[in-house]
Amino acid sequence: MGFWEKLMKLDRRWVFLLIALAVFIPFLKPLGLPITVTKPVQDVFDEVERIPPEGPPLMISTDYAPATAPELDPMFYALLRQCFSTKRKVLIIGGLYPQGAGMAQAGLNFILPEFPDVKSGEDYVYLGYQPGVSAVVLSMGEEIRRIFPTDAYGVPLDSLPMMQRIHNYDDVAFMIDLSGSSIPMIWVMYAGARYGQRIGVGTTAVSAAQYYPFLSTGQFIGMLGGLKGAAEYEKLIMKKGYTKAREIATIGMDAQSIAHLLILFLIIIGNIAFFASKRYRKRKLKV
Amino acid sequence: MKERKGLIIGSIIILIIFITMLIKGNPSGSILVWIAALLTLFIYSFLYKDNVFYKFAEHLFVGVSVGYGISVYWQNSFIRLVFDPLFITRTYIVNGHFHLWLFLAIIIPTLMGLLMLSIFTKKQGWLIRIPIAFVVGAGSGMSIPSTFQTYIFAHTQNTLFITLSISGFIMIVGVISTLVYFFFSKEHKGVLGKTANLGIWFIMIAFGASFGYTVMARISLLIGRMNFLLHDWLGLIK
Repeated sequence: MGFWEKLMKLDRRWVFLLIALAVFIPFLKPLGLPITVTKPVQDVFDEVERIPPEGPPLMISTDYAPATAPELDPMFYALLRQCFSTKRKVLIIGGLYPQGAGMAQAGLNFILPEFPDVKSGEDYVYLGYQPGVSAVVLSMGEEIRRIFPTDAYGVPLDSLPMMQRIHNYDDVAFMIDLSGSSIPMIWVMYAGARYGQRIGVGTTAVSAAQYYPFLSTGQFIGMLGGLKGAAEYEKLIMKKGYTKAREIATIGMDAQSIAHLLILFLIIIGNIAFFASKRYRKRKLKV
Repeated sequence: MKERKGLIIGSIIILIIFITMLIKGNPSGSILVWIAALLTLFIYSFLYKDNVFYKFAEHLFVGVSVGYGISVYWQNSFIRLVFDPLFITRTYIVNGHFHLWLFLAIIIPTLMGLLMLSIFTKKQGWLIRIPIAFVVGAGSGMSIPSTFQTYIFAHTQNTLFITLSISGFIMIVGVISTLVYFFFSKEHKGVLGKTANLGIWFIMIAFGASFGYTVMARISLLIGRMNFLLHDWLGLIK
């Protein structure tokens, strides 16, 4: 059996081991590879920067679950840090599916200790989760209180200082949906197309490709795509001096690049092995 | 026999690596972090071979997910939208006066929801058609105009009024050739066949881009777990 034949029959567990090492080693020995900010990420950042401090809120919907948290948590943290450090108000929806509620609360628990002056009801409001998906999005276009009479902690919205002048999408400056599914399209369909809400999206790399046409049409103002998008956003808020916290996405980008190089190498080697072993078998048959 | 030997040797090596890391690092003192770390390792053990640790973690995940989902739905649907307005806040009583419409606004959706449970009975099973008809009717009414606007009108408009640039030209060619590929009323021969072939290239490039992003996503998930194990659990990295 030739070398390429042997390679074709290689136990795939060796590939798993190589990938694990490619991710593991850059964590211990960081390379500090450069990260360049792309236009869709810059657009989201600029849109948030345009919101006046103490003005209308940025609305964030956490439509994700623990399975996609490594990509979307850093985006949520970066957005909260940007808003909390610049006194911008944040209106948080715990997603349109139940898992999002836990993710939003976990994100707040992680970020709030960095900002002891930030208060619920004054600087941010966490609305929690309501079942209904598209009905929730549509209903908020008329009156947020209709679908969220209280915040996630049971406090009536009318009693919260931040919510005094916030009733529907007209009172929301910009909305960002963090999701690893097709939920952002529900926001575009019902909040964007129907009520004219300006929408940005933070999504997993798997979903990013499908959203580029919507960036081109302007249905999404900007997009944070996958861990790289999160790392770019972290770079932007670090540059502005909004935070000195640990940059979770940026730390992972070295590992990401090395793993990609390894996968490229494996794809090339795999293809060579495939064609070479095919040739080898043909020759063997002739003999 | 040979495989079992490999499994034992592999397990011992991994155990030694982790014990070394535990000694060299600054392991978390939180029991929750330890549980999460061990469950992560249990799940990853499947990459070697299906085993009892993986099965345990998988079943635990399914059970916890279902339990979490039920509790969130119960609290946010039944308690927040039905029980509280009916018995605690009594939203249908305004200034001491009973408002029938406000009362029905709670009762009718609740009854519709309860009708969904009729599927579990043989005689009254047909009643489920009422809430389903409502969901289908209302859902279609809500989504059809928005779907046209979001997926068709906005994109057609964007393709028609495109700026004169190389990317604009590529987009026009891509849209036309891909649409031609999906035109099946005439055999793909001659100019039509060549245009359809070009469409296939565009589709393949789109698949490639999508696959590239998928690889990035999967690696990101591994990075997330690795970060958790090395930072949150073992305290090996800052």
